[in-house]
Amino acid sequence: MPKTNLTEQKISSYSLPTEASWAIKSRKSALNWLETTGLPNRRDEYWKNTDPSYFNTIKKPERNKIDYVENSIFENIDRINIVFEDGYFNASKSDELLLKGIEIDTISVANQKDNHWSANYFGVLEKSSQVPVERTLASLNTAFAVEGLAIRITDKIDKPISITYLHTNDTSDVLIHHVIKIEKNASVTILESGGVASRSNCLMEVFVCENAEFDHVRVQGRSHEKIAVTHLFANLLKDSSMKSFTLTVNGKSIRNEYVVDINGENSKAHLGGAAVGDRGFSQDDTIFVSHNNPNCESRQVFKKVLRNGAKGVFQGKILVKDGAQKTDGYQISQGLMLDDDSSFLAKPELEIYADDVICSHGSTCGEIDNAALFYLTSRGIPMAEAQDMLVLAFLNDAIEEISDESIRTIIGSRLKDWMVKRHKS
Amino acid sequence: MLYINNLNVELENEKKKILNGVNLDINAGEVHAIMGPNGSGKSTLSYVLSGKDGYRVTEGSATFEGREILELSPDERASLGLFLAFQYPVEIPGVGNMTFLRTALNSQRKSRGVEELSAAEFLKIVREKAKNLKIDAEMLKRPVNVGFSGGEKKRNEILQMAMLEPKMCILDETDSGLDVDAMKLVAEGVNALRSKDRSFLVITHYQRLLDHIVPDVVHIMADGKIIKSGGADLALEVENNGYSDLLAEYN
Ligand SMILES: Nc1ncnc2c1ncn2[C@@H]1O[C@H](COP(=O)(O)OP(=O)(O)OP(=O)(O)O)[C@@H](O)[C@H]1O
Ligand SMILES: [Mg+2]
Repeated sequence: MPKTNLTEQKISSYSLPTEASWAIKSRKSALNWLETTGLPNRRDEYWKNTDPSYFNTIKKPERNKIDYVENSIFENIDRINIVFEDGYFNASKSDELLLKGIEIDTISVANQKDNHWSANYFGVLEKSSQVPVERTLASLNTAFAVEGLAIRITDKIDKPISITYLHTNDTSDVLIHHVIKIEKNASVTILESGGVASRSNCLMEVFVCENAEFDHVRVQGRSHEKIAVTHLFANLLKDSSMKSFTLTVNGKSIRNEYVVDINGENSKAHLGGAAVGDRGFSQDDTIFVSHNNPNCESRQVFKKVLRNGAKGVFQGKILVKDGAQKTDGYQISQGLMLDDDSSFLAKPELEIYADDVICSHGSTCGEIDNAALFYLTSRGIPMAEAQDMLVLAFLNDAIEEISDESIRTIIGSRLKDWMVKRHKS
Repeated sequence: MLYINNLNVELENEKKKILNGVNLDINAGEVHAIMGPNGSGKSTLSYVLSGKDGYRVTEGSATFEGREILELSPDERASLGLFLAFQYPVEIPGVGNMTFLRTALNSQRKSRGVEELSAAEFLKIVREKAKNLKIDAEMLKRPVNVGFSGGEKKRNEILQMAMLEPKMCILDETDSGLDVDAMKLVAEGVNALRSKDRSFLVITHYQRLLDHIVPDVVHIMADGKIIKSGGADLALEVENNGYSDLLAEYN
């Protein structure tokens, strides 16, 4: 189908909500961009390796049989619990949202108000992230997403805010849009987990103010049929830091885009991801980190374990602008193939306009190290278990990017789970 | 304990023959040493016995504790009590030394139907054995062999042996790369394990290790076979005269 027809049809399947004028303005601007630019197709530079039609079609996703409703993997952590069910906020399953240092509204409520703090932020990073590479699935989200959270953090919050996305309707197709602002000197950890929907398009805009900290750990549910595209847009002011880690276990097509703009000195952005998949699994991390100021650090550590014809894609870019001296940029992406049928496609990019920087990137694609495997088995460890140990060891560098030890342990055991299941299948 | 009969081995991927009819009988409680020129097939013998892939046995057999082992997987052989201290221990980033050791020990116990050790019990034993080998706690925490010096790797092999308490221990040049003190430590470690139920096959180039671990039998391997066997003094002869006389005699 020609790009314009497809886009028009997609647009006509949604309607703009009636809201406060600022919200309408943001939505119309996104819609306008979407109309003129069109939804992605295979000829677009960053869509060569992932088929956008999963996300583009108007057709409802195929019936996705839900065997059980996956509760939050973070259940046993002391947390502030917020629940979405098939894309809609569920107040009765969520904790009380009146908390010291935290201001939370749903986007639907915030967008009705004439003066809400989020008026100056909703859609702003999504819009500024459309150049140099357009991300019209994000524009689609800004234009039409009626659910999500507006979270403002004004203090150091010890308890993580955990967002659980329950998936109970087997053909659900949802858009979720969060806006998060972490004020000066404040800090927060946001956890996301759950199946979300049969098809989902989730977007998060994060404003990290001076000396603020944003910690983010996301676990993308393990349904084999899942189709998900996410965008994480972050803007960092001086002396601030962000860390974001994503674990992806199975799914049909999952694309996680990140656009991180480092706009102040002495800031840090660490992105990490571990993906493990089987059969029809296709997982894509597309990342754009921009160093606009001196003395900042960024890391990208992404690992994928693939088997039975699964596909992993990594497109990661570090842009160091003129004047961003003393930038320390690091990027590694690695694929571990458990058989000959799987593939890992990596496109690492560095674009540097400052002369006094340290930037490195590496990408590898390999198999399990036979010498290590023999060493382990020669000590009495059965083959399957030895393989698991090496798979976990491979993923370890990415998991190490999670700063909280108890969360790291939870992620580790989810991976072990996956491996046990793998042996059964 | 271990009986090797006319073992012939070639590489799986090329038609290159490496072992040409090895015969070796090791009874319970005995210490055997194998010496021989570089490339004579000593490490290959140890790999084939412990089940490394890449080799094809074209003839012969190896029985260990009454079982034909050449068809068994490496972990099955290990659980039966076979242990190889590697000539070149492998570095495994991302796998903690302690996790590795405990998994290995408990896998073996499980396969023998013995109750697995708890983390605390394990820790107590491993600390004590590590101390005897002067391996410090920090080294135990590191990933397997990563960043270990040559000598530390060898001591780590002996620690694994001490923990796993195998019946048949094959040591492939465990002495090379060790300083004099470390060699004494390793020899003490080995001697402490000597018993009437446990046998050793010590592959070495140097007599000095055999001063500490006195063998019952010394074999000379050349060109993929044992060409001569004798008592401990055979090692002295090699040390003094090299292999040329022995090789000439054989040819
Ligand atoms: N996988 C392999 N591929 C090619 N050649 C091999 C392989 N394994 C062993 N060989 C060859 O077989 C021969 C015997 O090697 P092996 O390592 O067993 O010798 P060694 O007696 O242990 O020697 P060293 O004293 O140097 O340790 C050598 O010529 C070696 O190059
Ligand atoms: Mg050798």
